[in-house]
Amino acid sequence: MLQDKILEIFNEPGCDKNQTKSDKERKKGCSVQLQPGAAAGGCAFDGAKIALQPITDVAHLIHGPIACEGNSWDNRGSKSSGSKLYRTGFTTDMTELDVVYGGEKHLFKSIKEIIDKYNPPAVFVYQTCVPAMIGDDIEAVCKAAALKFGKPIIPINAPGFVGSKNLGNKLAGEALLDYVIGTQEPEFTTPYDINIIGEYNLSGELWQIKPLLDHLGIRILSCISGDAKYHEVAQSHRARAAMMVCSKAMINIARKMEERYEIPFFEGSFYGISDSSESLRAIARLLVERGAPDDLLARTENLIVTEEARAWHRLAEYKTRLRGKRVLLITGGVKSWSVVSALQEVGMEVVGTSVKKSTQEDKARIKEMMGDDAHMIDDMTPREMYKMLRDAEADIMLSGGRSQFIALKANVPWLDINQERHHAYAGYEGMVELVKQIDSALYNPIWSQLRKPAPWDAREVAL
Amino acid sequence: MSKVSLSRKACTVNPLKLSQPVGGALAFLGLADCMPLLHGSQGCTAFGLVLFVRHFRETIPLQTTAMNEVATVLGGVENIGKAILTIHQKTKPRIIGICSTGVTETKGDDVDGYLRTFMAEHPELGDLAVVYVSTPDFKDAFQDGWSKAVRNIIQAVAEPSVEPILGLVNFLVGSHLTVADIEELREMSESFGLIPTFLPDLSGSLDGHIPDDFSPTTLGGTPLDAIRHLGSAELTIALGEQMRPAAEALMLKTGQPYVLFDRLTGLEPNDQLLDCFSQLSGQPVPNKYRRQRSQLLDAMLDGHFFIGGQKIAIGAEPDLLWNLSMWLSELGAEITAAITTTHSPLLEQVPCNEVIIGDLEDLETRAHGCDLLMTTAHGRQAAERLGIPLLRMGLPIFDRLGATHRLSVGYRGTRDLLFEVGNLLMANAHEGHPQRWPLPGESHAHSTVIPG
Repeated sequence: MLQDKILEIFNEPGCDKNQTKSDKERKKGCSVQLQPGAAAGGCAFDGAKIALQPITDVAHLIHGPIACEGNSWDNRGSKSSGSKLYRTGFTTDMTELDVVYGGEKHLFKSIKEIIDKYNPPAVFVYQTCVPAMIGDDIEAVCKAAALKFGKPIIPINAPGFVGSKNLGNKLAGEALLDYVIGTQEPEFTTPYDINIIGEYNLSGELWQIKPLLDHLGIRILSCISGDAKYHEVAQSHRARAAMMVCSKAMINIARKMEERYEIPFFEGSFYGISDSSESLRAIARLLVERGAPDDLLARTENLIVTEEARAWHRLAEYKTRLRGKRVLLITGGVKSWSVVSALQEVGMEVVGTSVKKSTQEDKARIKEMMGDDAHMIDDMTPREMYKMLRDAEADIMLSGGRSQFIALKANVPWLDINQERHHAYAGYEGMVELVKQIDSALYNPIWSQLRKPAPWDAREVAL
Repeated sequence: MSKVSLSRKACTVNPLKLSQPVGGALAFLGLADCMPLLHGSQGCTAFGLVLFVRHFRETIPLQTTAMNEVATVLGGVENIGKAILTIHQKTKPRIIGICSTGVTETKGDDVDGYLRTFMAEHPELGDLAVVYVSTPDFKDAFQDGWSKAVRNIIQAVAEPSVEPILGLVNFLVGSHLTVADIEELREMSESFGLIPTFLPDLSGSLDGHIPDDFSPTTLGGTPLDAIRHLGSAELTIALGEQMRPAAEALMLKTGQPYVLFDRLTGLEPNDQLLDCFSQLSGQPVPNKYRRQRSQLLDAMLDGHFFIGGQKIAIGAEPDLLWNLSMWLSELGAEITAAITTTHSPLLEQVPCNEVIIGDLEDLETRAHGCDLLMTTAHGRQAAERLGIPLLRMGLPIFDRLGATHRLSVGYRGTRDLLFEVGNLLMANAHEGHPQRWPLPGESHAHSTVIPG
């Protein structure tokens, strides 16, 4: 049952935020009660699709009316090294007739058409609000279709109204655990096989990391889910260790894979130089603990020394230009501190950062890094943000697309560090790229032109 | 002329259609001091928001009644009231435009009845106008949502007219027209001394300008008072067949006559429009437009070599499809595939053998051998696979700058669009090469030269 799944997710023992709660608080779950007329953010279905759509060779079929797929397909920045099928929009586009008579047959026929025309290794079927309300049983349809067509047809039961994007990420993870992971065996395994969990290969960021791992002889058995192929996810239970990135979005996958398949994991980040090094070390350490030859540790240290030096050398030219520049950093939760440390590494001053989704532990860490004057922003209204920027309390804002125009309309440089971003910022390469982009935004010649009044306005002021 | 059919597939692949509520919401975004509100789950709003942010590259005010599972199943019409109070308190709009969604229409609350009671119980809301439009996702399309929203705005806000004021003219603007199109029509009508009102007016709200201060609602658009006084114009000009219901509603309410222009790209429709302005104002057509007309004639002369005989595949909402296909066929192009999203009385007259209410997969399979694809940015994958150029038209266009500053009405707009189409075709012309003209098998066998 979906309700049981949701309760289970709310009880996630691997989530340290959850661990600080009382039993009573935990029962209430993690969803914030949304206020009609003042809510923002995507739904659970959105979250589920964000988490799984990066699997490239699968057909992602959205069972619902046109809004759920028609308004948003092919709009994510996950890159693929192979199949482009994940960028094809499939939907049952439910009509009034389906609402009256039920949409299960329509769904079944849609699956058949996809298999006939596109023959993917698997079809993922996403539930949405309307079919959930009328009682379409997608699990039963998927089961019947899998039998009939002899292919995995995976139900993703995360209709929008059950909660937030984050809940959707986790429900998607549950679907992989229930139906995909552990269903196929790899041709061979090595002591150097790892999973990377919660990395979506936005703008190709995985490819900034992969060469480092390749150099060390470490194989990504499966990335969940960036640039993944179906069989890789299905075989991921044979990895020796795992890294969980992107905060807590997929902690349930990491923890349950540890429980079921004894794959130890750590939580790490590839944003920032020191975080990248730490993550490489942690991967090597876990693999060696699991029996990989221990020369891996020394080889990893050598690589870190070389790559850190190379990155610092490339960053040196920016240091004088960026020293003392003030950054307002508005981003979701835990990602904050890794970016904060990265920016401080080049001498920038972080004048404020959002802590809306951060745990107490995260906040303590930010305080440690930024000092007591740290401007921790819990929930800033767009108007306050506009005023802060207009009053020139920051030289640049880094945030997601939602607040992009608040900065730009205040004539303040802005850089996208969220999922729609066009540049890849992971690893040593990515840090150099981030700093390069910050520099190019800050020093773009448009700012002085924009801030200068029109001649007639200047004359009027002078009079 | 054309056979209209529904795609018979169970599975829609690469949708062209956008949902009805976001069409309604965009119409509300063309009103000043407005906050559009989708009555549905928060995701309904989030997807609409991202869609518009990427197309317009602007902040989009758009709220949600945030229906959760319990509210959806047990009935959550009270969420509308809560949302109105919150929005009123936080952002102080003068108008709130509410569109229902599939989530709330499946249960089917009596929203109109609820709103009457609610507004009566809340006198503190003062003269806040609230317009509701029923737009289930599982019916109709974007253009329909827009059309119904404008009709309902008129029904709810426009006042019965007094005496018409000389020179006032209303434009009821279809969803297929851009900000640039509205600006062009304003300039054209004003040059006859006419005073135009546009409903909706995206040129005030989403033209991409830098406001002096922050605003949580729309940055401009048709003012509420202007909608109230629509009845005092001499004439209403409806732009696009989709605006007929709104024009009818206005006529019913104010007794005001209307004329409908179903398209404004091309020579003849603009001749008629300027003639209409001239007769209404009693002014001659200004020299500027006589010159522009002449320029368009010349562009047609220069361009027909490249456009005539070319095969073009179009995927667009009915009014845009009508506009483009009629104009291109007047330039001698052949419309080989026409895909649209929803029903319209115009579809049977589209100059193409068949019009399919379908998706971009339908367009792609029928576009083999075509020279040009015209559809939204979502056509980019198909164009790449087909190896033909894509001219982005419609919404969304998320991978190009200035989507809404693309002009295609008036002589000038027609001329520039003609150049753009002609240039794409010219750049992609099939050049001759040694193997391009082989003889057919039989005669080929007899023509082999034996060496020696």
